[in-house]
Amino acid sequence: MGKETPFTKREFKSVGTRPVRPDGIDKVTGRARYGADFDMPGQLVGLILRSPHAHASIKSIDTSKAEALPGVKSVITSKDFKDISKTDTELAEILENCMARKKVYYDGHAVAAVAAVDAKTARAALKLINVEYKLLKHVTDVDLAVANKAPVINRNCKTAGVDPAPTKASNISRRSEFGHGDVDKGFKKADVIIERNFRTEQSHQGYIEPHACVASVSPDGNGELWVCTQGHFVFRQQCAQMLGMDVAKLRVTSSEIGGGFGGKTHIWLEPVALALSRKANRPVKLVMTREEVFRASGPTSATSIDIKIGVTNDGIITAGEAELRYTSGPWGGSWAMLGAMTAFACYELENVKTVGLEVLVNRPKTTAYRAPSAPMAAFAVESMIDELAKKIGMDAVEMRIKNAAKEGTQSSYGPVYGPIGIGPTLEAAKNHPHMKAPLGENQGRGMACGFWFNFGGQSCTNLNIGIDGTATLTVGTIDVGGARASLSLVVAEELGIPYDKVKAVIGDTGSLGYNEMTDGSRGTFASSMSAIKSCRIAIEDMCARAAQIWDIPVDKVIWQDGHAHATGKNNNAPLSIAEIAATAEKTGGPIAGHAQIVADGAGVSFATHICDVEVDPETGSTRVVRYTVIQDAGKAVHPTYVEGQFQGGAAQGIGWALNEEYIYGEDGRLQNPGFLDYRIPVCSDLPMIDTQILEIPNPNHPYGIRGVGETSIVPPLAAIGNAVSNATGVRMTHVPMSPPRILDALEKHSEASDEEPAL
Amino acid sequence: MAMLVSTTINGDATDFSCEADETLLDALRNRLSMTGVKEGCGTGDCGACSITLDGALVCSCLVLGAEAQGRSIETVEGMSDGEKLHPLQQKFLEHAALQCGICTPGFLVAAKVLLEKNPNPTESEIRYALAGNLCRCTGYDKIVRAVQDAAAQMRRA
Amino acid sequence: MAEVFLWGALRPSAGGAASVTIEAKSIRELFRKLEEQFPRMQPFIDEGISVSIDGVIYQDDWSQTLPEGSEIYLLPRIAGG
Repeated sequence: MGKETPFTKREFKSVGTRPVRPDGIDKVTGRARYGADFDMPGQLVGLILRSPHAHASIKSIDTSKAEALPGVKSVITSKDFKDISKTDTELAEILENCMARKKVYYDGHAVAAVAAVDAKTARAALKLINVEYKLLKHVTDVDLAVANKAPVINRNCKTAGVDPAPTKASNISRRSEFGHGDVDKGFKKADVIIERNFRTEQSHQGYIEPHACVASVSPDGNGELWVCTQGHFVFRQQCAQMLGMDVAKLRVTSSEIGGGFGGKTHIWLEPVALALSRKANRPVKLVMTREEVFRASGPTSATSIDIKIGVTNDGIITAGEAELRYTSGPWGGSWAMLGAMTAFACYELENVKTVGLEVLVNRPKTTAYRAPSAPMAAFAVESMIDELAKKIGMDAVEMRIKNAAKEGTQSSYGPVYGPIGIGPTLEAAKNHPHMKAPLGENQGRGMACGFWFNFGGQSCTNLNIGIDGTATLTVGTIDVGGARASLSLVVAEELGIPYDKVKAVIGDTGSLGYNEMTDGSRGTFASSMSAIKSCRIAIEDMCARAAQIWDIPVDKVIWQDGHAHATGKNNNAPLSIAEIAATAEKTGGPIAGHAQIVADGAGVSFATHICDVEVDPETGSTRVVRYTVIQDAGKAVHPTYVEGQFQGGAAQGIGWALNEEYIYGEDGRLQNPGFLDYRIPVCSDLPMIDTQILEIPNPNHPYGIRGVGETSIVPPLAAIGNAVSNATGVRMTHVPMSPPRILDALEKHSEASDEEPAL
Repeated sequence: MAMLVSTTINGDATDFSCEADETLLDALRNRLSMTGVKEGCGTGDCGACSITLDGALVCSCLVLGAEAQGRSIETVEGMSDGEKLHPLQQKFLEHAALQCGICTPGFLVAAKVLLEKNPNPTESEIRYALAGNLCRCTGYDKIVRAVQDAAAQMRRA
Repeated sequence: MAEVFLWGALRPSAGGAASVTIEAKSIRELFRKLEEQFPRMQPFIDEGISVSIDGVIYQDDWSQTLPEGSEIYLLPRIAGG
């Protein structure tokens, strides 16, 4: 598709403006309907019974008492799903996560579910289900899980990516390796080498809206699902396969989504709701509690990263090497792989080697979280770069500029880069007033860079022109935070009509072809590419209609400024879309443009963040006092919402850096499954977050758009780590840098300096 | 055993029935279809269910439906005056102070209470007044700016 | 003829080589020939391989052509949030 609609430099009229979003008014008046805001006639209330154990085999489940309770309409266990483990391993694991089969693998793992006439009856029914467990040894820590005596979580797990293939089961599901050159040779050329271990704790996407859905399945095999999701087409496909339904017969409608950040790209309760509904032959509404959200959905990996970087005295990185261990929950994933690919992606390295190990632990299945896996790897690399710069006495920005990747650089994950924005974001940071602002007592400034791939993928759009010349764009990608505004701007631009004459809607799965999810920063990138194609098809048709109206050959008609123009010597006044549409019934019927594409060629994205923190030496509490995000957007379609993405990602990174973590007890149970103890940043924790949008066009998109959603969560962990280090003189290697960890580091530091002989 | 509760909601006399152990949040959402009041946690930590009860800002998930007997409730659904949006609603739109929008009703109600008490709050006062409302999308920057702008407009009016 | 670079995990299926030389005009033809010449790559191809052509990553599109002299890099299929 990129090649069909190549990038052309142009002056924009609509794109780049900042109108009010079309779905905004429903959201400020309480009218917008989210996952839990929808009911079906006669619906039942569903509830899920969850394992209190981190690791156990299920000896038996007795549901008879629950079934006998008046008002209970269906009770299900894994027996109500067909065993698909022989036919589709990956899907079987997703299903096993939604409903445990023979074993429970984490505290919160679903074991049974009920649907009853009301919540009270459903709660009573859950208590009547008797599950007999045989407890097994568990492991939740990433490094303990790879240690020799760790309990093996899955006896079928043999490490993939190792040659020859191992015969013994272990908790490492996959090893992946990237890099080029010869790191040993590279380290020999280095004047200074630092080696360290970095750890990051598991965080949750923390969307404010818990997972929710309403499912209705009829005995004839038709079904409907209303759900908050980042990808209703993907949910349909997976749910239909799990339930043995025809894909076409399951119609999925996406609700407004109350935050996802990757956490709503995976199914959790939807197949359960569908199975409950099928058994009861009644609609079933299933809504997670906040505790369930924390215990059973979402989280990102906990990591442990061993890293070694060497530099010359004049600041050239000669080699970088890292082993990155990422938890993936009870089943394998590709999280460490992404960490291994992204770790050194900001830099031009002659010698680089990264190894990613996916580690199974008794925690919830790891899920994508905004630029998944990149922030942890960046924490390690960017902390080291700062430390190395300090050691050789070079400015940290200068050293990054010196080593920054550019067009033609071979990336650390393999291919060469096209035009990219790391250098420009660094130059912008260097020249930013923030860099020169004075610092107060106990304050320190830090900066860090970040990289993310961005994706494209399958997209499908419909454009329909109304008889009054207004346009409806139907897209199949979920709007997570302003996409309807940006896509309306693109259609307005392409058709040459005002923004408020375009209505963008999210179609259900019955209205469009398959669309991939809103993930990988692809929503605006991919759907706009398809929308532009839809518009151009409709324009071609409208030129033909104009030719009919004027009764001239179609090659005498051109499209300009939202009008058909007749060329050559004739006096036909240009025709507007409204004028052409008004005669549609006589010139061939409705005017529409349907496009389906694979939107490949998403441009990679880079950001540089600067932050100032103040560390209280008495309490170890850290406050972010100033924060600046500089990121390449390719082309900012709606700059205000681009800024919003930058600010939101930074805020999530700040929370992760300073407070957020899953805390497991010795018993393997999650100890902080609520917003009180899993503390995300509140309004009074943060300063204003300044943004600077750079626009280095993506040559693979007609308007130069890159994705913008994810990269901004990559730098904050390291930026804050570096700022804390500059404020206190202590290198922080463990995220979150919560007050106890900072106090501990400060104490160790002062003990160490007490022991040193005085100069 | 359901009980009958008589209240005034957004200026209208409203009766609803609810169980003795039912929260006001559940009663508003499930009995009266007032789904503008959101549930993010059910434990008073996120503020998505913020409403006012006799003018005081509360998390409706921490109040029993029965406690609303004889009292006056205001929610996001009652903020605009006919076709005219409340300045806070308008400024939230103009400043893009919402992304996903699930926290927006709670923020609007909390900000309205703040501006009624303090028409000219500092940035810091705004941040502390809204610290009981969680937003995961925006980083709060544009929310604070929207409240500042709305306050300025309301002072001029 | 194109030199096709392999990421770490693919190399064992090509006898440890970091790159292989394949005559292919499109991504489809590339995958077909890789399967023929290196049967152990089959599971990776089934799971999904992205093809980077001169630095532009194609996740799905078989029809993409491989221009003469272009840099071809195979990568695992990736997912985002």
